[in-house]
Amino acid sequence: MATVTQKQQLFGHAPTNHYLDASRGVMSWIFTLDHKRIAIMYMYGVILSLFLAGIFALVLRLELYTPGPWFLTSAQYNQMFTLHGAVMVFLFIIPSIPAIIGNFVLPMMLGAKDVAFPRLNLASLWLYWAGGFFFIVVLATSGLDTGWTFYTPYSTTTSTNVIAATMGAFILGFSSIFTGLNFIVTINTMRPKGMTWFRMPLLLWGLYSTSIIQVLATPVLGITLLLLIVERLLKLGIFDPAYGGDPLLYQHFFWFYSHPAVYIMILPAMGVISEMLGVHCRKEVFGYKFIALSSVAIALLGFLVWGHHMFTSGQSEMASLVFSAITFSVAVPSAIKVFNWLCTMYRGDINLSTPMMYIMSFIFLFGIGGLTGLWLGALSTDIPLHDTYFVVAHFHYVMVGGTMTSLLGGLFHWWPKMSGRMYNEPLGKLFCLLVFIGFNLTFFPQFIMGSLGMPRRYHEYQAVYQIYHQLSTIGAFTLGIGIFGAVMTLVYAWFFGRKASGNPWGAATLEWQSSSPPSFHNFEHRVIVSAPYDFSSVVYDESVDGYVPVVPKREAAPAPQPAPVAN
Amino acid sequence: MATTNVVRDEYSELVDLEHSHDHEHGPFIAHHFHSAEQQFDSGKLGIWLFLVTEVLFFGGLFVAYIIYRYNRPDVFIDAHHHLDTLLGGLNTIVLLFSSLTMAWGVRAAQLGDNRTTAISVLATMVCAALFLGVKAVEYSHKWDLGLLPGNLFSYDPLAKHDHALISNYLVMLCIPFGVLLLGFLLGAVLNLNTGKKLIGQFYGGMAITMLGYFAGVGVGVLWMATMTEKHDSHDDHHHAAVVVAADVVRPVVFSADDAAPKVEAAVVDGAAAAEAPAGSTAPLDKSLGVFFSIYYCMTGLHAVHIIAGIAALAWIFYRSLAAQWRPDYFGPVDFVGLYWHLVDLIWIYLFPLMYLIR
Repeated sequence: MATVTQKQQLFGHAPTNHYLDASRGVMSWIFTLDHKRIAIMYMYGVILSLFLAGIFALVLRLELYTPGPWFLTSAQYNQMFTLHGAVMVFLFIIPSIPAIIGNFVLPMMLGAKDVAFPRLNLASLWLYWAGGFFFIVVLATSGLDTGWTFYTPYSTTTSTNVIAATMGAFILGFSSIFTGLNFIVTINTMRPKGMTWFRMPLLLWGLYSTSIIQVLATPVLGITLLLLIVERLLKLGIFDPAYGGDPLLYQHFFWFYSHPAVYIMILPAMGVISEMLGVHCRKEVFGYKFIALSSVAIALLGFLVWGHHMFTSGQSEMASLVFSAITFSVAVPSAIKVFNWLCTMYRGDINLSTPMMYIMSFIFLFGIGGLTGLWLGALSTDIPLHDTYFVVAHFHYVMVGGTMTSLLGGLFHWWPKMSGRMYNEPLGKLFCLLVFIGFNLTFFPQFIMGSLGMPRRYHEYQAVYQIYHQLSTIGAFTLGIGIFGAVMTLVYAWFFGRKASGNPWGAATLEWQSSSPPSFHNFEHRVIVSAPYDFSSVVYDESVDGYVPVVPKREAAPAPQPAPVAN
Repeated sequence: MATTNVVRDEYSELVDLEHSHDHEHGPFIAHHFHSAEQQFDSGKLGIWLFLVTEVLFFGGLFVAYIIYRYNRPDVFIDAHHHLDTLLGGLNTIVLLFSSLTMAWGVRAAQLGDNRTTAISVLATMVCAALFLGVKAVEYSHKWDLGLLPGNLFSYDPLAKHDHALISNYLVMLCIPFGVLLLGFLLGAVLNLNTGKKLIGQFYGGMAITMLGYFAGVGVGVLWMATMTEKHDSHDDHHHAAVVVAADVVRPVVFSADDAAPKVEAAVVDGAAAAEAPAGSTAPLDKSLGVFFSIYYCMTGLHAVHIIAGIAALAWIFYRSLAAQWRPDYFGPVDFVGLYWHLVDLIWIYLFPLMYLIR
């Protein structure tokens, strides 16, 4: 019979009675309404998709090591890059941070027991599985070779399984909508007393902005893909020019969703970075309001720039001019964030942990990714650069260098909370370094060859580009080993890591005011709400081997009165 | 698990306060909400956000409608003559009435009057089914004539249309509802006889709903029969109106600069075609197909929403029969009601855009 203090039980390591052992059996997971278990199950799916699509990427890079065809036919090559893109976008990046970190952390940051609609949350997970199933159907049947964008008229005429893939993406869209809807309502109605909008952790601002986009943009993708399916089945003549349709209309519809979707991918990543930065620099986040509101600004501006994907597709010059101008305005809130992050680091008490290393590589890589976007947003430079490897490198710097880096950093940061275990710090840092080096080696040469004129999606190329392709391939394998190692470090920690206390980092947000792992109801006590980055609200406690919240003194409070009795 | 001995310290106070909160929970409040008010507010915000996604979902189709109507106004004007304004108008009135009964049901639930809620919701469901019945007559009639979407469009204005009054398509559309009607009737009789009043009443109500569908079919068929008599006596007029649309299929380019001259050209083509004698053997014209593509996509998606609405209303109907609404708990009636009003509202836009084009 062990003896623990109340403090150790509430804020220490929880060997039993936590959410992972609250109930047992496969059914207790598949039918769970617990946001934490849903997050863990999302994580399996998302990491599996990352590896699957990552393997496609490595096969592509290996094939491109030589200028001529090597072991893939051109048709197989087309399938490979299509499936790499489609799986990465729909099954990995879009759900990644909101569904894993958001689901796990968001209700806890609010001191709540769950999201507002737990059943809807489970439905969202099931839809994710259903969407994934359709992509497996695609893989098992005739594949897909349209590129992840499903442009008409090719997508209405190709013999590959476009219907299954678009059906999958349609279902995944609803999964995304449900998650977003849930988050908006949860943040609006379930904040604890004392947590005003501007005392919310910055991750919640990021997720809130993301959710706005998910709710407003994803339905348009839904109807577009539905029309595409019907177009293929019944020859509607809405998108297919052979029957009087307008393929440009498809592109407008598609990018009306898919450009905001880029911000669905990056805004939660920015939220994760802002959140971790204060903790690992032990300093209040600089320019809190600017970081918070710039997320909302990006979300809203993101709806007005879709035409910059169509500069060369024949839209009117006036439309291109307007879209180009608004595109540049997105740079303003993005730069506000980067400068505020740098100011937070300035004179901070930087703890060079694995999450901090991911933060720094995020800022560096996102900086490059964002700045190269300016070349593509400018009409004159976009004409030679469009559809070259420059574009490929640009969006990989933002998506992979940004979102994936931040996802890995976030997983390392919240891993003690999710698993109740600490990861191995030297290994974590080693693989972070490997990811950083591998990433730059993969994609920096692509900027160069892109600006030299190497077009994207080509199976063969001229020998003059070979050195860049070879560097890129070597980098891709380095990156692959880095990601695999990082994930293995986490897996190892889950089973064999040192036991973590409730708040090992000394963070001041509410999710750390629980045991690690948290109990089924998250908190067995009333949470103490303070400012999210006021690090004087926690204090190190040796008996817990971590930080505990400071109980505010209530000297001036009047003695509790019994409630007045009616009549 | 229970072998841990917890020693009290300064943090025990937080735990004691937490437990004292648990007693406020009413039976209808989910475990993660603090109060009935918080639960209601969450649901209300949730359903409004869902309605926003619905508006955007239909929004894509409305944009497609605007673009094709702007590019080819002649096609839209000609094609809408094939829609029956009276049946469309009847459906509009039916849906408006169903919104009234829905609102009535919400108010009754707020007052805790479960009986009135059940009756109002049943009336709403009957209206919804009646709407579908009329729609089935409209659809099957068009399919008989070859008024199909896009490339499937095979309407020949010069052919003689000797179609049966009750089309095979209509029979097929009635089969699922007929099966459901029999099933619900059987369920109602069996359960009421064995004394299971709640489920028996529920099945009975659903059977009445299915009868509503057949009432709609009956009204539609009767109207079609009177129209066919008139139509036979005015055959030539009808054909002349349709031949105006004789125009080759051409790819339409989405560009403000291009659209204007193209529209003029289309009008000129149409005028030229109108001058041709009505009996000439022009090649089969498919240009009206785009109108019917948009027509079927929009009304079809709307019909799917009506069916989903009936399912949601059935759930509310059952819970009303079980007398679950009280003045402090009526959220689901309110939320389904909001959804139903939106479905009605979309039809209020679809009706003039499709049926009343000038």
